[in-house]
Amino acid sequence: MTSTLTPVRKRSALTKGQLPKYAPYVVLAVALIAGAAILALIGFNAFGWGIVSAILFAAGLVGWSAAVEGSRKAKDKLATCLVVGSFLIALLPLISVIWTVLANGIPGIITPGFLGSSMNGVTGVYDNRAVEEGAPVLGGIYHALLGTVQITLLATIISVPVGLLTAIYLVEYGNDGRLARAITFFVDVMTGIPSIVAGLFAAAFFFAVVGPGTKTGAVAAVALSVLMIPVVVRSSEEMLKIVPNELREAAYALGVRKWRTILKVVIPTAISGIASGVTLAIARVIGETAPILVTAGFATSINNNVFGGWMASLPTFIYTQILNPTSPANPDPSSQRAWGAALVLILLVMLLNLGARLIARVFAPKTGR
Amino acid sequence: MSKRIDVKDLNVYYGNFLAVEDVSINIEAKSVTAFIGPSGCGKSTFLRTLNRMHEVLPGARVEGEVLLDGDNLYGPGVDPVTVRSQIGMVFQRPNPFPTMSIRDNVLAGVKLNNQKISKGEADALVERSLQGANLWNEVKDRLEKPGSGLSGGQQQRLCIARAIAVEPQVILMDEPCSALDPISTLAIEDLINELKDQYTVVIVTHNMQQAARVSDKTAFFNIAGTGKPGKLIEFGNTHTIFSNPTVKATEDYVSGRFG
Repeated sequence: MTSTLTPVRKRSALTKGQLPKYAPYVVLAVALIAGAAILALIGFNAFGWGIVSAILFAAGLVGWSAAVEGSRKAKDKLATCLVVGSFLIALLPLISVIWTVLANGIPGIITPGFLGSSMNGVTGVYDNRAVEEGAPVLGGIYHALLGTVQITLLATIISVPVGLLTAIYLVEYGNDGRLARAITFFVDVMTGIPSIVAGLFAAAFFFAVVGPGTKTGAVAAVALSVLMIPVVVRSSEEMLKIVPNELREAAYALGVRKWRTILKVVIPTAISGIASGVTLAIARVIGETAPILVTAGFATSINNNVFGGWMASLPTFIYTQILNPTSPANPDPSSQRAWGAALVLILLVMLLNLGARLIARVFAPKTGR
Repeated sequence: MSKRIDVKDLNVYYGNFLAVEDVSINIEAKSVTAFIGPSGCGKSTFLRTLNRMHEVLPGARVEGEVLLDGDNLYGPGVDPVTVRSQIGMVFQRPNPFPTMSIRDNVLAGVKLNNQKISKGEADALVERSLQGANLWNEVKDRLEKPGSGLSGGQQQRLCIARAIAVEPQVILMDEPCSALDPISTLAIEDLINELKDQYTVVIVTHNMQQAARVSDKTAFFNIAGTGKPGKLIEFGNTHTIFSNPTVKATEDYVSGRFG
């Protein structure tokens, strides 16, 4: 009697010659143990352990795979190891930065009055007292936060209309003509301008127009808008370009004028991308230090007038607190304030990015049924 | 509320390239005229010259006259925007405005031009236009929903509603059914039959059965070869064009023996 049943096997013939599913974990465990053993011989440190274990893991997995599965699968494993390894290496500085800033910045931020007071009247005497007698660290970043917000806001008010209108010219009216191509070229050149050059330009411009020694928040805003405009032009241009031509034609066919079509059809369709592009441009300039130092100077007290007097900003605050501590004998309180300001700056950029996502979601063309 | 179109010796150029040569045609008011012909023969290009939409493309220009009830569209001082508000257009791919609701899409012609309209009038216009496009019953409960959520056929009828909401004299349709399934196509064809009572309709189509079903008159365009200009070969009653054409090329094309 012959059976028509297929023979029951433990493993399918189709999965023959494959490493078992648990193979990577086994190799990882062996690599970690072997790595620890090797490091123990030459002196243990966590960083070296990670590197040695990673190399052992890749070599072990690829070697095992080559022996069992053949060269194609082994190459695949090698590529996977390289991709994951590069990803981890790229992630390392990011996590390290976030960790360092959080660890060093939180003590600064939770100091009472840090967000609400300026450095006005805070001298080295208080810092010495804070270190030697355990008195609270005085002084804060209110003036710098105010300066950063005011300067960036003014820079945005200058750059967005200029940048957006330029992008509209390039996409809707330029027809890829000579002028449009020249503008595109110079916008690309502007993107590469070092920020200090933008600062010097703004400073020189105001020296020539208003008078020598003009250092105000407005000058800094002009310097920042030199940096922002090309970013806004580029991102808005890309966003306007991907608005389908069919929508423009649909509006024209209804007897709508070109400028109304741009204002009411093209821009609303692209607004989410434009808004997030603008936010990213703001995030790009909010941390600029050099152009602000040469244009707005540095202040330790609150200045509400962006058009008159020197002004502080978060980056210049960090810079001066680290480079010229309030008390040269005891730099720790200054460094604590600087880290606190750095954390606030990162949080500000993070909030801006979240804001950009929110704006993009709110303005995005609706697709619901 | 409809006007006739008379075209006299029209040449269409893209830069120096002659795309359509020497077309003369008389399109009756309150009729459906179909343009048929192989791809690239210039029928869409010619259609777009009837409401000056070709000018959107850089370098496009025409010689000759297009008369809307005797007024030359290309006369000196004629504003293309005025022309387009009298001669509406429906495109090959449905293109409702993605940022607008169904209701706002229908009102787009009014709202985008910043004309003042009371809410009551707007409601009446929306209902009338959507009724006219046979879409009212399907969307009356979701007028505030985005137009891009409709099916392709519904979107195309929404575009037709949007076109008739500005009360044009003529409606041009550039292959309005080529992206649609047969049932949606049938809905649009029924609609074209109804539109003819009020409007002059000109339709470009690749589907000869469609031309035979919906049109009163048919124009056959052809092209002698790549790089040559498209020409109007024959124009006549649809029945004549499909059953007893006078030109051999027309007979070959409508009977499928082309090329």
